[in-house]
Amino acid sequence: MRILIPLLAVVVLIAIGTVGGGGARYLFFVVLPYAGLAIFVLGIVYRVIHWARSPVPFRIPTSCGQQKSLPWIRSNNQENPHNMLGVIWRMILEVLFFRSLFRNTTTEIRQGPPRVLHNPDKWLWASSLLFHWSLLIILVRHFKYFVEPVPNWIIGLQNLDGFFQIGLPVLLLTDIVVVGALSYLVLRRLWEAKLRYISLPADYFALFLLLGITGSGIYLRYFDKSDITLAKQLGTGLLSFAPVVPEGLGATFGVHLFLVSILLAYIPLSKLVHMAGVFMSPTRNMVNNNRWERHVNPWDYPVTVHTYEEYEDEFRDVMKAAELPVEKD
Amino acid sequence: MHDAGKVTIGLVIFLALVSAPFWYNLSSGRASYTPEVEYPKDAESCVRDSAYMAAHHMDLLDEWRDQVIRDGQRFEETPDGGRRECSLTNTCLGCHVSKEKFCDRCHLYMGVEPYCWECHIIPEEL
Ligand code: HEC
Ligand code: HEC
Ligand code: HEC
Repeated sequence: MRILIPLLAVVVLIAIGTVGGGGARYLFFVVLPYAGLAIFVLGIVYRVIHWARSPVPFRIPTSCGQQKSLPWIRSNNQENPHNMLGVIWRMILEVLFFRSLFRNTTTEIRQGPPRVLHNPDKWLWASSLLFHWSLLIILVRHFKYFVEPVPNWIIGLQNLDGFFQIGLPVLLLTDIVVVGALSYLVLRRLWEAKLRYISLPADYFALFLLLGITGSGIYLRYFDKSDITLAKQLGTGLLSFAPVVPEGLGATFGVHLFLVSILLAYIPLSKLVHMAGVFMSPTRNMVNNNRWERHVNPWDYPVTVHTYEEYEDEFRDVMKAAELPVEKD
Repeated sequence: MHDAGKVTIGLVIFLALVSAPFWYNLSSGRASYTPEVEYPKDAESCVRDSAYMAAHHMDLLDEWRDQVIRDGQRFEETPDGGRRECSLTNTCLGCHVSKEKFCDRCHLYMGVEPYCWECHIIPEEL
């Protein structure tokens, strides 16, 4: 059920997109994309401000390197940053190359004489890196449908993507990579019992939705082609806030655009908001300076304390009578 | 809000990236531009119907290329019983005499850069 429900949800969305692309064009080509974009932008801003308002009184970076201490002990400013430079470098590697995921391990129990084994597991890191980079390249490539004139570097990127010049229209490598990586990310959850157990419908939904988007995009480019000069008219119109709704874009295009609108709206409402969240995570973005800077909890309130000296002063006679040891006579 | 300065900078960068296409179009002033391609004057129709050509001309070229190079079939029959050479330069650019005013105008707009002309001749440039 946890797999079927998200799958069904995406199938229903595809069906809605098919119908909408043919029928209610203004709604599906203009209103819903704008709605998705608005929810995306406002949602991200809202969530970031919300996170920023929650107090972060202490330094809680996860560290896995030598902290800076005495000058003759070599410290590791990347794994245990002691200044802003270290944090920035660490964040760059985290955001661009998922460095913490690189340390991912699997845990299994070896049969025979039972032993717990922790093995390095680079598959998740590799496939998510491939997926995210492909998606970024695909996103950037798509700017040619939204801006006029198309900047040369976007065409350059596209030519690089089609480097092997296979077929016509030229096969773009990211199209293959993104579907391969996404499929691995789905299969990984289905394959292993532990992962299946902790996977929620939301985990599958995001993957199925992305597969729907990339699948419909690939179908549009290589199989069910339409005159995509119309798609560009729609795109430039939308992003210059003077929408035109050209006729002649088919149902597949409707599906593609509808799923993208859904994705845009879904990002700030779901775990996909990690695209903004990674920058806000206090275990990554803080300088580990607990040992030489005092961080006072901002919501500390004055506590009335009763010290041992006061306690003894109060009860000295009784304590002496009960032959309890006292510090002062 | 903690780290208000840094968070604001982050949000400004985010908003700038998201709205970049809008500013780009605004500054170029060409958002509503659509390419005007020059159709052949002495022909009425293309080698296939024009809706098919607009979306699928690269498929046809791929087909022709395979047909000529792999099967040695240089000609195809036309519906009216004639013969047509399956050639990029001779046929396509025979009718669409100006590559620059036909293929390129549309391709420039769509951001595609077919690599065919690295080898194939463009008659108008001779
Ligand atoms: C009405 C606009 C239009 C005209 C005119 C046009 N093309 Fe295209 N062409 C396109 C579009 C759009 C694509 C990209 C399709 C895609 O990316 O899926 C394309 C792609 C191609 C490709 C595949 C390139 C690649 O890298 O995938 C070739 C080859 C091509 N066109 C050849 C020609 C030739 C030759 C002419 C002139 C005789 C021509 N086209 C005229 C719109 C046009
Ligand atoms: C017999 C002359 C002739 C030949 C040969 C020819 N075309 Fe055309 N082509 C035309 C005409 C005329 C039109 C306009 C058709 C119309 O508007 O109905 C056209 C339209 C097109 C279009 C659609 C443009 C648009 O704005 O929708 C494309 C793309 C195209 N041709 C590409 C090609 C390619 C590629 C070849 C070679 C495989 C080719 N043509 C060969 C005459 C020709
Ligand atoms: C590396 C050089 C090269 C490139 C790049 C190239 N071709 Fe060719 N092409 C050839 C050669 C050589 C022939 C064979 C010519 C002959 O035998 O008449 C040929 C033949 C063809 C033919 C059939 C014969 C003719 O006269 O046109 C077509 C159609 C064709 N190519 C299309 C394309 C298209 C479309 C592209 C771009 C996507 C392209 N070619 C890119 C070298 C190239």
